[in-house]
Amino acid sequence: MAVTLEHYLVVSITLFSLGMFIVMTRRNGIRMLMGVELILNSANLNLIAFNRYLPGMDASGNIFAVFVIMLAAAEAAVALAIVLAIFQQFSTIQLDEISSMKH
Amino acid sequence: MDALHSIIFYILAAIVLASAAFTAFSSNLVHAAFSLLFTFFGLACLYIQLGADFVGVSQVVVYVGGILVLLLFGVMFTGSIAGGITRQTIQTKWSAFILVVLLAVLLPIVYVTPWGVMDSPQNKELTSNVEVIGKLLLTDYLLPFEIASLLLLIALVGAVVIARGEPKAPEPSEDENETAVV
Repeated sequence: MAVTLEHYLVVSITLFSLGMFIVMTRRNGIRMLMGVELILNSANLNLIAFNRYLPGMDASGNIFAVFVIMLAAAEAAVALAIVLAIFQQFSTIQLDEISSMKH
Repeated sequence: MDALHSIIFYILAAIVLASAAFTAFSSNLVHAAFSLLFTFFGLACLYIQLGADFVGVSQVVVYVGGILVLLLFGVMFTGSIAGGITRQTIQTKWSAFILVVLLAVLLPIVYVTPWGVMDSPQNKELTSNVEVIGKLLLTDYLLPFEIASLLLLIALVGAVVIARGEPKAPEPSEDENETAVV
């Protein structure tokens, strides 16, 4: 019973749904960052699975995945800097308590 | 050989999905960060099983050694460990329902679509990808490579500027000035 492409896609889709669940329901800034990282990892798994299973591919899917990892690192750094600045300003990182720009 | 491949895949997939679910449903933030560690390691092993050795190692180095450490720093600096689902239960139920619907729609699509791929690429040789990626990064993908390095520089400077906060203005010394004028 060989492992086919669909197995990897099922894992990727489930990871994506779990990441989406975290982003949709949690209000802690750092927890939402964890959800975003899960979503990015699911996309990476997709890319690498297709790179392996498509006939006649060079390492293009792997390079795409390397770029995604790089961008995720840059985005995590900036997002954490923003969370720290929010914490310095409001003393909380529950994102629904930060409403000073509301009417 | 095929059976061993399947067993390893199922173990790794179970590790990845179980720790991702623990990250999603745990109410302790530090527990969630550590189960995310297991998710990243399991995913790196899955990448290596798919023949992407360079991506697997850079996943461990960048994600576990960089991003996860940053997340733990954030957790320790902001000090909010117990952050449960603060929204009302109804919002969580609606989100879970929408996501279950999404799963129920996407999973059959995966099995119905003719992907046109090889069923088992075991006949494709597993070679080291580092040389191929190195060559491609400097020939075909040179422009994204340079732009990505520029973007990393911008992100580094921007993160330092944003997290630094307001610099304190130097106190003006008024007494000496007034006596000097008078």
